[in-house]
Amino acid sequence: MLGKLTIDALPFYSWVAMGGAGITVGGALIVMAVITWFGLWRYLWTEWLTSVDHKRVGIMYVVLALIMLLRGFVDAIMMRSQQAFAFDSGGYLPPGHFDQIFSSHGTIMIFFMAMPFMTGLINIVMPLQIGARDVAFPFMNNVSLWMTTAGAALVMVSLVIGVFSTAGWTGYPPYSGLEYSPDVGVDYWLWAVLISGVGSTLSGINFVVTVIKMRAPGMTLMRMPLFTWTALCTSVLMIFAFPALTVACALLGLDRIFGMHFFTNAAGGNMMNYVNLFWIWGHPEVYILILPAFGCFSEVVATFSGKRLFGYKSLVYATAVIALLSFTVWLHHFFTMGSSADVNAFFGITTMIIAVPTGVKIFDWLFTMYRGRIRFHPAMLWSIGFIVTFVIGGMTGVLLAIPPADFLMHNSTFLVAHFHNMIIPGVLFGYLTGYMYWFPKALGFKLNEGWGKMSFWCWLIGFYLAFMPLYALGFLGMPRRMEQYEVAEWQPYLIVAAIGAVIILIGIVALVMQLLASLRQWRENRDLSGDPWDGRTLEWLTASPPAPYNFAVLPRVEAVDALYDMKQRGVAYQTPAQYHDIFLPKHSGIGPILGGFAFVLGFAMVWHIWWLAAVAGLVMLLAVILRTFADDTEYCMPAAEVAAFEARRLQALAQATDPERVNTDPYFTSQMLPGRAP
Amino acid sequence: MTLSTATARATEKTAAEEAGFENRAFGFWLYLMSDAVIFALLFATYMVMVGNTAGGPDGKALFSLTNAFAETMLLLCSSITFGFASLALVARQRAAVQIWLLVTFILGAGFIALEIREFTGLVAQGAGPDRSGFLSSFFSLVGTHGLHVSFGLIFLAVMLLQVTLRGLTPQAASRLYRLGLFWHFLDIVWIGIFSIVYLPGVL
Repeated sequence: MLGKLTIDALPFYSWVAMGGAGITVGGALIVMAVITWFGLWRYLWTEWLTSVDHKRVGIMYVVLALIMLLRGFVDAIMMRSQQAFAFDSGGYLPPGHFDQIFSSHGTIMIFFMAMPFMTGLINIVMPLQIGARDVAFPFMNNVSLWMTTAGAALVMVSLVIGVFSTAGWTGYPPYSGLEYSPDVGVDYWLWAVLISGVGSTLSGINFVVTVIKMRAPGMTLMRMPLFTWTALCTSVLMIFAFPALTVACALLGLDRIFGMHFFTNAAGGNMMNYVNLFWIWGHPEVYILILPAFGCFSEVVATFSGKRLFGYKSLVYATAVIALLSFTVWLHHFFTMGSSADVNAFFGITTMIIAVPTGVKIFDWLFTMYRGRIRFHPAMLWSIGFIVTFVIGGMTGVLLAIPPADFLMHNSTFLVAHFHNMIIPGVLFGYLTGYMYWFPKALGFKLNEGWGKMSFWCWLIGFYLAFMPLYALGFLGMPRRMEQYEVAEWQPYLIVAAIGAVIILIGIVALVMQLLASLRQWRENRDLSGDPWDGRTLEWLTASPPAPYNFAVLPRVEAVDALYDMKQRGVAYQTPAQYHDIFLPKHSGIGPILGGFAFVLGFAMVWHIWWLAAVAGLVMLLAVILRTFADDTEYCMPAAEVAAFEARRLQALAQATDPERVNTDPYFTSQMLPGRAP
Repeated sequence: MTLSTATARATEKTAAEEAGFENRAFGFWLYLMSDAVIFALLFATYMVMVGNTAGGPDGKALFSLTNAFAETMLLLCSSITFGFASLALVARQRAAVQIWLLVTFILGAGFIALEIREFTGLVAQGAGPDRSGFLSSFFSLVGTHGLHVSFGLIFLAVMLLQVTLRGLTPQAASRLYRLGLFWHFLDIVWIGIFSIVYLPGVL
């Protein structure tokens, strides 16, 4: 009846695991209690969970990402503290538990922190930047959100019921096969990844159609803001790369469920085929994550330097070239597989080539800042910290691109240091930049800058302390993923790394404090103008937060940096002679239902509860069929209502000091300065 | 509401709907390309593993060209009959649409029946997907195609129901267009399976 699920699935094997389970269950119960106490269930369901409005879907994605960031970071600091103590002793974590922790850390940070953070930012910003009223498929957007959430929920549930994978975030066979990992850990990983992968593919399709088909009049491709360009390239990568992950995981699942022999040692299996399939997705994935972050940096650097982006076209081409080349480098993740020298040389060279367009971007950002009037808003700090740190990571990457060097460093902590050096400044700093930059647009008030700066400095210093020692440790021969070790000279470095992790923890606390402080002072920090940073792109033309329809009248675009151009010509805030009715998508409960049953399906497959899996699958199929019968999925917002919205918007705008130069920030200057090129 | 604003609203709504259909067609093309990558990788996996028989039977011992040819004919004919349904849709002949969709459904179901017979036959001979890496990749590639055809059949049934209940509405027409893309796409994939799996396996 319950498949493999018995009472033994509860985590009584270690106190630490029980603590994790307790915090997960307790946290969920507290959140539910708070919602019930304030009677917010109906509001949450009708206004948020079932919402198909791209801005709200985006905010929910970011909330998911921030929650998962906390979970992923707890894993990280547990590993760092374990390794700091574990010289000649067992530390405080048993090996099996330590292995679960590094597996879930990677899985969570990539799939359930970075991916939702990116999808959330694109959701909030991209339709506004192109002057659209929503994404192309608003309902599907909501479904994507709930698929991703279902995957994240599966990972969280593995803390309480059963175990998580010990096979690392990449799940290499034959270790992840049934023979060596007979418990449910790998299955949790598989189903979490498969289900959220559906959401990512659908998001990719949604964004590409939105960008290609729904741009405002005059918004040619070469007038699109750079963030939108990166969103487009990333979405193309999502469409073409995620199938490889789906195939790799599905075949591994077939091995595990039906005893097939894709990746087994015996009976004609070929485990290297998995590694190829995984990285055919995995390397483009790196760029899926990092391109939108590059987009965030581009917007922030241009705005806070008060200049047009230097080399806009070169940035666009560099983005497209990176997207294309990202499919040609996957083998550099396993030079040691034993391919011929020619094959390794080919992938080594393509890997070095991909550093060229990235270098172009670095120079473009530097030249944008050159002779600009730079405002050191926290968003700008993250960007500058990124540029400096990312270049170091890039150089170690070019080092690893040389196959003979890679043979020495493979699977050492040098590699761990390298990819964290790319992903923390490149991806996470980028999303945090975007978070602090677009927060007022999404929620209508600005974030506290003091806590933001504190968070930045802690993250930056903590990052260097945590990861520079790992480069050195790699040269000292320390392999990654060690639960304990006997080499005395490694320990001092690991202690420094643990101190770095503690400083990052302070940075995360500062992020939380920033949010709390800003919520408390939201009235003083309200963004009445909708354009708090003297922005250059169309999202700042709308109210903060924007009306459900975004633009009452679709804007007419005549240049790159459309809003800057409008402000220059003095046509930014004109009211039309007459408003029209606007058709908007209706909310739908089918998205959360699909996500809920996808979770049930995944859970049932993990525990081999076949009847439940069949029921969940059937319900999902029926829900989709039911949805195809809903022909009338839009409602009409009458012109009068639009006019009322817009009147309130204009009133708020008048309260802000000056519609063209609206800001009261102390460092805001309105005069044109030398070097501040138009 | 005056008559003119009502007409204006209706025109605006129709225009928005048409743009929506166009977006959906484009989105569906993107989905098909994504799906094509799945098949491409399954084909590649099959090619890698075709020799890994682990002492078990190979394609020559297992495949029946007669059966594969019959499957091919059923699927190709179903593509033609779907084409007739599309032509009837353009001509706004509801009954003809229904009949051709029904014929397509029957042909597709025949294909699935033959495939199930082939699969159960192989399993009964002891040549199931757990026998060898070669058979794992064979069952997964051909089975994934079969699963797609099965979902296509469900899609066909739903569309038959919608056309019967609601007629040839613009929504139904737009969905039929996408179903057509899907159905023809599966035909193309099958041609790949026939020429990469069955033909070299038998010859």
